[in-house]
Amino acid sequence: MGLLVNDKQIVIPGEDLASGMDFLPSHGTFRDGEHIVAAKLGISSVDNRIIRIIPLSGKYMPKAGDNIVGRVVDVTINGWRLDINSAYSAMLSVKDATSEFIARGADLTKYFNFGDYILTGIINVTSQNLVDVSMKGPGLRQLGEGRIIHVNPYKVPRIIGKQGSMVTMVKDATSCRITVGQNGVVWIQGLPEDELVAVDAIRKIEQESHIPGLTERMKEYLDRRKRKVDSNENKA
Amino acid sequence: MRNDERSHLIKFLEKGLRFDGRKLDEFRPITVEYGVSKNAEGSSRVKFGDTELFAGVKMSVEKPYPDTPGQGNLMVGVELSPMSSPDFETGPPSPVAVELARVVDRGIRESKAIDTQKLCLTVGEKVWMVAIDIVTVNADGGLIDASALAALAAIKDAKFPSYDGLKLDYNNHTDEPLPILKRPIAVTVYKVGRHFIIDPTGEEEEVVDARLTVTSFDGKLCALQKGDLTPLSLEDVESMVSLGLMKAKELARHL
Repeated sequence: MGLLVNDKQIVIPGEDLASGMDFLPSHGTFRDGEHIVAAKLGISSVDNRIIRIIPLSGKYMPKAGDNIVGRVVDVTINGWRLDINSAYSAMLSVKDATSEFIARGADLTKYFNFGDYILTGIINVTSQNLVDVSMKGPGLRQLGEGRIIHVNPYKVPRIIGKQGSMVTMVKDATSCRITVGQNGVVWIQGLPEDELVAVDAIRKIEQESHIPGLTERMKEYLDRRKRKVDSNENKA
Repeated sequence: MRNDERSHLIKFLEKGLRFDGRKLDEFRPITVEYGVSKNAEGSSRVKFGDTELFAGVKMSVEKPYPDTPGQGNLMVGVELSPMSSPDFETGPPSPVAVELARVVDRGIRESKAIDTQKLCLTVGEKVWMVAIDIVTVNADGGLIDASALAALAAIKDAKFPSYDGLKLDYNNHTDEPLPILKRPIAVTVYKVGRHFIIDPTGEEEEVVDARLTVTSFDGKLCALQKGDLTPLSLEDVESMVSLGLMKAKELARHL
């Protein structure tokens, strides 16, 4: 009876996490009779009576309040459908897209066209997983010329860092503009050489996020890469 | 956005760089493995970066085609598996798959890579049929070059099955390889703006203007295939062919 796993332990799907009614299942777990069972591969997190799993990988699950990067895949009569790197797609309706007046029947591709990437915020996710997004919020905009890379959505908090410290460090070191969506879609714009450093840095953060001392390592890594780029520029 | 991506790529190309940090005329890491399928007479697995595909050779005894009674039959098929890219669908072969198969086929056929006369058993009656099948596992651009290389590796790996004149025995293979005379290598050169690149990734392939597949053997041209919408000038073709011939030597080393 009681808790069967420790905090921050790796658990696999089907593993018994606790038995008895003293604990409550949260994200990535479910109750099966007397037991709380893991539904995902990840790291357990026990907070008083609540047991949840922080998954190691997986698709993005939309959550209200997240800022995500979406790509326009369809233009309908009253808005745009976005691919948000998830099992579900998002809907951006005309009234949430702009404060401008758009006449009924206007050509909506003038605002966002097929293939455009936009930074949007999720306003609501229904029980049927219909996702409504909006452009009304600070910093929400269309993302122009640049490159898109996809990262594991569960590593996004590490890429951003505490109060954005990690992504700010990469931005400062590479002088790139970087936008990280909660859905694991990252937009990067900068000079070619700098952009390559930024991409490699983000990949490195993604890969080594579980090893302690990441911030120090990244600082050192970025310094080294930057020196290399600078010396190449001096040669050229 | 397509235009945004294209102009962004061109900014990189101006600096002699690609999205993944490669040079314009640099291949991704290439690996070639032989004998990966138990049931095929010859097989190979080829990787170009994240692009991965299998090629297999099956041999059987068939009636020759009426126009070539004294020669063996050659057939190339490509399956673009829906698991390998979100752009590929199930169903009959798409125009992309048909073109891919034909370009690979033409490279082997027109260079006379296989001595088809040696594949004849009885003139007008019985000949060996060599069927090369290519299946994509992951499609991230550069499929033509990878397919051609995989097909060549597979026929190089192939051994005849036992045949007593009546029955084929696929469980016992002889040590006899296919009569290979040449090794034609396909290199596809892509044009973006005024730049020429080879071995594009999937995202680069989406924004290219035109492509020219140059199949060559020992610096000699065997086959060409032009694709995509933008026309090419004579100078374009000349520089693309010479780049293709040069890079073929590099690619041939992986066999």
